[in-house]
Amino acid sequence: MANETKKAPRKRAAKGKNDASATASEAKKDNGRLPTGPPKDAPEGADFRFYTEGGHTHESLGLSEDDLLAMYRSMLLQRRFEERAAQMYGRQKISGFLHLYIGQEAVSAGTIQALQPADPIITAYRDHGLGLARGMTANECMAELFGKIDGSSRGKGGSMHFFDVEHHFYGGHGIVGGQIPVAVGLGFAAKYKETGNVAVGFFGDGAINQGAFHEAANLASLYDIPVLLCCENNQYGMGTSVERATAQPELYKQAYAYDMTGAVVNGMDVFEVYHAMSELAKQAREESRPALVEIRTYRYRGHSMSDPQKYRTKEEMESKKNEDPIIRLKAYLVDHGIADNEQLDGVDEEVKQVVLESVEFAENSPFPPVETMYEDVYAQDDYPFIV
Amino acid sequence: MAELQFREALRAAMVEEMERDENVFLMGEEVAEYNGAYKVSEGMLDQFGPKRVIDTPISENGFAGMGIGAAMMGLRPIIEFMTWNFTFVAFDQIVSNAAKMRYMSGGQLKVPIVFRGGNGAAGQLAATHNNSTEAFYTNVPGLKVIAPSNPDDAKGLLKSAIRDDDPVLFMESELMFGLKGEVSDAEDYTIPIGKARVAREGDAVTFVAHSKSYWLAMEAAEELSKQGYEATVIDPRTLRPFDTETVLESVRKTNRLVIIDECSPYGGIASEVAFRVQQQAFDFLDAPIARVTAKDTPAPYAKNLIEAWMPTVDEAIAAAKKVMYAD
Repeated sequence: MANETKKAPRKRAAKGKNDASATASEAKKDNGRLPTGPPKDAPEGADFRFYTEGGHTHESLGLSEDDLLAMYRSMLLQRRFEERAAQMYGRQKISGFLHLYIGQEAVSAGTIQALQPADPIITAYRDHGLGLARGMTANECMAELFGKIDGSSRGKGGSMHFFDVEHHFYGGHGIVGGQIPVAVGLGFAAKYKETGNVAVGFFGDGAINQGAFHEAANLASLYDIPVLLCCENNQYGMGTSVERATAQPELYKQAYAYDMTGAVVNGMDVFEVYHAMSELAKQAREESRPALVEIRTYRYRGHSMSDPQKYRTKEEMESKKNEDPIIRLKAYLVDHGIADNEQLDGVDEEVKQVVLESVEFAENSPFPPVETMYEDVYAQDDYPFIV
Repeated sequence: MAELQFREALRAAMVEEMERDENVFLMGEEVAEYNGAYKVSEGMLDQFGPKRVIDTPISENGFAGMGIGAAMMGLRPIIEFMTWNFTFVAFDQIVSNAAKMRYMSGGQLKVPIVFRGGNGAAGQLAATHNNSTEAFYTNVPGLKVIAPSNPDDAKGLLKSAIRDDDPVLFMESELMFGLKGEVSDAEDYTIPIGKARVAREGDAVTFVAHSKSYWLAMEAAEELSKQGYEATVIDPRTLRPFDTETVLESVRKTNRLVIIDECSPYGGIASEVAFRVQQQAFDFLDAPIARVTAKDTPAPYAKNLIEAWMPTVDEAIAAAKKVMYAD
């Protein structure tokens, strides 16, 4: 048995890399490079999809110019909102944890564009971007960060717990991986009630190592649940890179174990995200089946506001900035004569104004009255609290 | 009135609620094709089909979370845990998600879900399978916790729990599933959550005891009666919220309180009840409050050890005599 066990990491041995650190750095390079087709060692019957080659045009994807401008505005709103939130954090207007989504905005914008408005979505604690993309107002979001009564959760949730049920956004969740089984439950309900909706559950690369992911993936496949399990692989779970945390750093391959479609998506390209999510959501809707979608992205900021980021190099961060999804879409819009720089700067000015106003709104909103502490604990309105 | 086993009363409650509301469904390990590990759900698959009576793999975290997601979308799941011992791997789902979803969303969501199954010690099963989990969960704001002692309460309270818009933890007992009792056959029989039942009245001492411990209290009371002491026995039925007032009313008459609770002593249900009573009825107490609990160790296996570990009738009688200064 011992010999068998030694043989287990066959792939690494085949590469002649017995040294664990060398293997890790090689895997790291692989992870940074987007695969464009099935790996040579792909098992027979594996359904892997690759949304990584780029080269899409809006016409080829059936997107209108207005759709593009809407996605551009969505991404910019997320970016400017968070830049301002970071500043407000520095001024101690916001406290606790603040996890920024900056760099990942193509994921939210492309996904929301691809889904139907009533498709329920849920995510982890890096939730500002998806919330805004789904239709939360900057006002309610900023007020929530400020801990004010006009916040989306009346000052009870904070940065990690944005919710907008009216827009079918089922939260922001603070415990890594804990929302993945809940995502499957959202899809289960859609199937049970025959609404025709597809649930989309986001989680980070760190969460794929939680048992909750594996239980959820198994249940989703076992019960034929229409749910997209979307791993936003920003390549670091806090300060631990994927290849230091996950034995198989090509995360989409986990799909094979649960007999579902596995996809890799270039998350820095909003066209690619839209393309992938449209196709995969359609499949999930029509076949009532789950898929695992690994969206390779990159967060430009630290894990949270207190992260010295010693785990990655300046060079790595600089190189990723060339892939900024907002700059890429802007270039596309200009190159294709859809909008000129002046118009696009106008969009920027407009969202900056929206964000500035949200700061004012948040400032002016009162702190929650102390008696509201006892509200929203139970649906029962006369619950006898211990006082 | 019909005589039903505890398991039959639970089943009747689920069946009636599933007939009444198509959003109610049952999910758990062995609930469907096996007809229930303890036969609670026997026949339900045949009646309702696999869409609404759903076997799960052994994935408590996974299916607890699924239930929560379904409840957030307006369904009313009943999630059966084979026992509450196995909820420790689903603890995050119950505590971080079910209990707190409404609060974190500022009231945008409700989570109308019932988690149910056998709780507490069940014989020579040793440490992992003999946990009384009440105190862990009553400590969590956002949850309601029910632990009935008899088939009638089980039926009436489970129906209320299924209809309740908050997450309810419903704790049964493997050792009581076969217990028989008269169950009301009133149409649409429900019992309000959060109301204690005074099972027996006497002026010498008050026992407070839930679930299996209730029967221990009743036995102790009968024995004390033979010795000339009449005890009041209160079954709280619901542990969160806790009907303090009914206990206080009794203590104001008897001036003596014994709490029997299968939890470990440190921060158990008994601790909470004792705190409330000393706080709100200090002047009425003629003796320090006594409690009878499991011992402050993991549950042992050996027959003599587990018997010594569990609360006993003799301990209950001794505790009563102590607070009556009759020992």
